[in-house]
Amino acid sequence: MSAALLKSEAPVRDDGPEHQAADVAVETVRQNPPLTKKRPRRRGPLERLERTWGLILAGPYIFGLLFFVAGPVVFTWVLSLCEWNGVTAPEFKGLGNWTRLLTDGLFWKASANTAYFVALSVPLGVVLSLLLAILVNQKLPGIKVFRTLYFLPVVTSFVAVSLVWTWFYDPNIGVLNYLISQTFKFVGLTPPEPVKWLNDPRTAMLAIIIMSVWKGLGYNMVIFLAALQEVPVSLNEAATLDGAGRFQRFLHVTLPTISPITFFVIVITLISGFQVFDQVYIMARDGRPADSTLTLVYYLYRNGFEYLQMGYATTIGTALFVIIFAVTLIQIWAQRVWVHHD
Amino acid sequence: MTKSPQAPRWVDNWPRGSKIATAAGWYFVLTVIALAMVFPFLWMVSTSLKTFSSAFAYPPTLIPEAWNWSNYTDLFTKDYLPVLRFTLNSFKITGLAVLGMLLSCSMSAFAMARLNFPGRPVIFGATLVTLMVPYQLTIIPVFILFQWLGWKDTHYPLWLPTFFGGAFGVFFLRQFYISIPKDLYEAALVDGCNPFTILWRIYLPLSRPALATLGVFTFMASWNDLLNPLIYIDTLEKMPLTAGLSFLQGQFSSDWPKMMAAAMVSILPILVLYICAQKAFVSGIATTGLKS
Repeated sequence: MSAALLKSEAPVRDDGPEHQAADVAVETVRQNPPLTKKRPRRRGPLERLERTWGLILAGPYIFGLLFFVAGPVVFTWVLSLCEWNGVTAPEFKGLGNWTRLLTDGLFWKASANTAYFVALSVPLGVVLSLLLAILVNQKLPGIKVFRTLYFLPVVTSFVAVSLVWTWFYDPNIGVLNYLISQTFKFVGLTPPEPVKWLNDPRTAMLAIIIMSVWKGLGYNMVIFLAALQEVPVSLNEAATLDGAGRFQRFLHVTLPTISPITFFVIVITLISGFQVFDQVYIMARDGRPADSTLTLVYYLYRNGFEYLQMGYATTIGTALFVIIFAVTLIQIWAQRVWVHHD
Repeated sequence: MTKSPQAPRWVDNWPRGSKIATAAGWYFVLTVIALAMVFPFLWMVSTSLKTFSSAFAYPPTLIPEAWNWSNYTDLFTKDYLPVLRFTLNSFKITGLAVLGMLLSCSMSAFAMARLNFPGRPVIFGATLVTLMVPYQLTIIPVFILFQWLGWKDTHYPLWLPTFFGGAFGVFFLRQFYISIPKDLYEAALVDGCNPFTILWRIYLPLSRPALATLGVFTFMASWNDLLNPLIYIDTLEKMPLTAGLSFLQGQFSSDWPKMMAAAMVSILPILVLYICAQKAFVSGIATTGLKS
């Protein structure tokens, strides 16, 4: 990615001493009108103009990078070696937080829960949104209306939709169990015992996964749709002439062509999957039942802002970053095998 | 009808009537999925219009027997449900966040795209790295910073950082600005405009679609954000809708009609924005995918 970006950038001016010398020369010439016919480089004042305005215009952003990104990142590493309640002076603990992390059963439980969430929601979300993109890529009148509706959950907040899904999942009077039992009756089977969904440690995370997949489908669908529309028609024509059927064309033409986008979608879905928080906070406050829905970000929130253990919370945050970084690296390594490059 | 090369062969070989049947089949599938995507929102509206007792009727019904608007009026009149306050807070925070993001990102993106200033390559590199830093890594130090400034339980932490830009916005707008011919910039410079005038008079008007996309993204992120308001805001009256709703959920968890009415109020502004500026929502997401 960065190579392509840097290529498109204008050649960067070498800001070496000779330029500064040139600037001084220009300044001297400006102050002392030229006696000879040799004229200074015209771009001198313009360069100064650009330099001044560049620093003025980019100033707030540079300040933000320093105080909201670079500083905090460094501070996080320091703080993860300390114990701090956020009020009194921090206490240096060395690797104390890290040994505590590795022996903390709840941290491992939160990691396992988060891994479960990612392992189910990412493949499900990616495959379903690709199928959805194929479905709405057809040239049918009114297809735009369907695209609009499928994207609707993406724009709404996790808070609002989590509330209505919690109401859906109610074991006794929830719509979901009602629909399930009606479907069973409709096909002539006896309805199963009502599922307890969010009240059962075995199904609570699953319920959150289903809802999260539903909410995220439209986002990835839009990315896949744009990719599908970029697949060259000529490729499909050639494959058809060679006698490839619809499914074969999908397998051997479409999938390889869009594979870079599929890779991108998998990476961003993985990253956001590891950061799951909002829906857990609304649907299963505090990781209920029995910490079965406790995720890593929730555990960070609990330690940092409920227990005021800032040092330990930054350790969890750093661990999460390491996990996300490692998984992304694995993806980058694995994509060499399956992503098709021209 | 012209034979499109993408249409499957079996469709073309079928008699005309079957083509209609195929289309009807697709519309059926499309509609079923559309129902699944929209049903939660229909249910939200439906429950918000039910009385407390009819909401708990079993079997549940989608259409309320009587349209009961009191859940909505209660939200705006009862003191224990300060939803109007939440809404105003959300509008204030989101409005300032969008303004700050557009202002600072367009300024620094322009500087990065067109102006030679010392340290520019370093800042560009830092922007790319920042794109990969998850917010969990910085959330606690930033919290401590705002606490130290005495801004806990104020709205500043929720919108002020946007006035210092964001890596995504700067990167996104910079990519847009370098696609605008450099001649325009140089010609204006020769005519004696200073860089700020060039940004204001030429680049900003030309980048309206990109600004709309960034604005809509910022609106969505700020309006729907839960974690930051939870961390910073303690007073009920200062909460935006997301945090306020989650608080009310703790208090009135069994009063589903009221909760649904409040949820409806919280998503209405963003739904309206989505319907009006659909293209800005979708095109931004689509192009981020293709560019990477």
